[in-house]
Amino acid sequence: MHIPDGFLDAKTAVTTAGLAGGGLGLALRQVRRQLPRSKVPLLGLAAAFVFAAQMLNFPVAGGTSGHLVGGVLTAVLLGPSAAVIVLASVLIVQCFVFADGGVTALGANIFNMGIIGGVGGYAIYRAIRGAFSGLRGQIVAAVVAAWCSTVAAAICCAGQLALSGTVSWSVAFPAMANVHMLIGVGEGLITALVLAAVARARPELLEPSSGRNVRLSYGPVLVFGLLISFGLALFVAPFACSWPDGLDKVAQSLGFEHRAAGQPLIHSPIPEYQLPGISSAAMATSLAGMIGIVVVFVLAFVLARVLVPKQTR
Amino acid sequence: MRHDFLDRHSRLDSPIHRLCADTKLVVALAIVSATVVMPISFVTYFVILGVVLAGIAVVSKIPVSFLAGRLLLLEPLALGVAVLALFQPGGWYVFATIVVKSTLCLFTMILLSNTTPFAELLGVLRRLRFPALLITTLALMYRYLFLLMDEAERMQRARASRTFTKRRFALWKVLGTVIGQLFVRSTERAERIYAAMCARGWK
Repeated sequence: MHIPDGFLDAKTAVTTAGLAGGGLGLALRQVRRQLPRSKVPLLGLAAAFVFAAQMLNFPVAGGTSGHLVGGVLTAVLLGPSAAVIVLASVLIVQCFVFADGGVTALGANIFNMGIIGGVGGYAIYRAIRGAFSGLRGQIVAAVVAAWCSTVAAAICCAGQLALSGTVSWSVAFPAMANVHMLIGVGEGLITALVLAAVARARPELLEPSSGRNVRLSYGPVLVFGLLISFGLALFVAPFACSWPDGLDKVAQSLGFEHRAAGQPLIHSPIPEYQLPGISSAAMATSLAGMIGIVVVFVLAFVLARVLVPKQTR
Repeated sequence: MRHDFLDRHSRLDSPIHRLCADTKLVVALAIVSATVVMPISFVTYFVILGVVLAGIAVVSKIPVSFLAGRLLLLEPLALGVAVLALFQPGGWYVFATIVVKSTLCLFTMILLSNTTPFAELLGVLRRLRFPALLITTLALMYRYLFLLMDEAERMQRARASRTFTKRRFALWKVLGTVIGQLFVRSTERAERIYAAMCARGWK
């Protein structure tokens, strides 16, 4: 999902760079406050680990192979703020040492994979983890979070491409979302297998109460939440709604829409967001997403049962 | 270190390599930004840029086969996304624009990364007052990157020589264990590195 140079126009590149810079700055501030000094080298080593782990390919059907991306895995193992720094470092080194992923798209890549993948994924993980006890809960939550964050990052990427005028939303959204719904299953599966392996070798690394982010303070949660929703509002919301938005609805029900419809200030290229013949593809993708989340939940549950023996609950 | 080959050419000696890192970084970023913003109708700009980049490549003494290999390896990633543009009205025009621009930017970045050691780039960032924690993380990551890649490959080889399963899930499970073990080893290495850093009077 690394966006190369030349795919984003100036306004999208600057906006994403701002969002990514803000998120990275906040993460650095959080980590400097919370992380003990003895853990500082761990950030660099974890970044090198993510990079090396991305090299190990998992065979998928038909001779193709997939690999770990590692957003949710890092967030679960090190906490969300550290995950943002680790993933941003991986992306920076990939960009400047291996020319993988563009410089002008660095902000977009950090936002999609680091902030949506790491922080957004971690939020989903925290929300689900409590529903089940012990390690099983952690694995179920990590699988669902890995899938959701992979798909969300892909949709955001599609939005950025559409906003830049490179690939239209009606093409980019179904393509990116559908492919990443499959990739997300692999990501969830690998995340679960790695977490189970770490739990077998060094269970204390996975203890939820080992001093990392035991207490989430509200400030960073608020700012990270704002950053993510701001990004989604910019990149996804303009394209996503095929039904009239709240204001239109109210105007219709109150019967004064004819007034508003008089002289449009800006001629929208897409009237009422409706593209001819497109809503069906977008609807099919949304439907696939809904089926996907159910399938992933079932998969997560089965995985947790298989990977965690009963007595360790 | 076996995986060092990915970055070996950044330590060659040529007029381009001897330029200071600040200049190279600024020039590369300027070229990339200008290329992204430039409308495709300015054909002369793209032709001149292509010639200039090829000239830099020759002067920098990096083997042509290496450069071509990197370009061929990374170009499909860009093409994969660019192909999506073909499925819309006027797609050929957008497709051609993207391919020209992304190839030139890619070539610029490949030249930058292979003529400038990463440590020097980090030095530029440090002079620009980037957060120290980020620079420490990047420096440590770069230092241990190739080591961990070698370690991952050794573990992978050890696994391949010992497990002969056809069942995909069992294979995945073992690979999960390899990655998990790699993480455990990384944390243990981080603990040793911290002790070593303290012993040498780290802040």
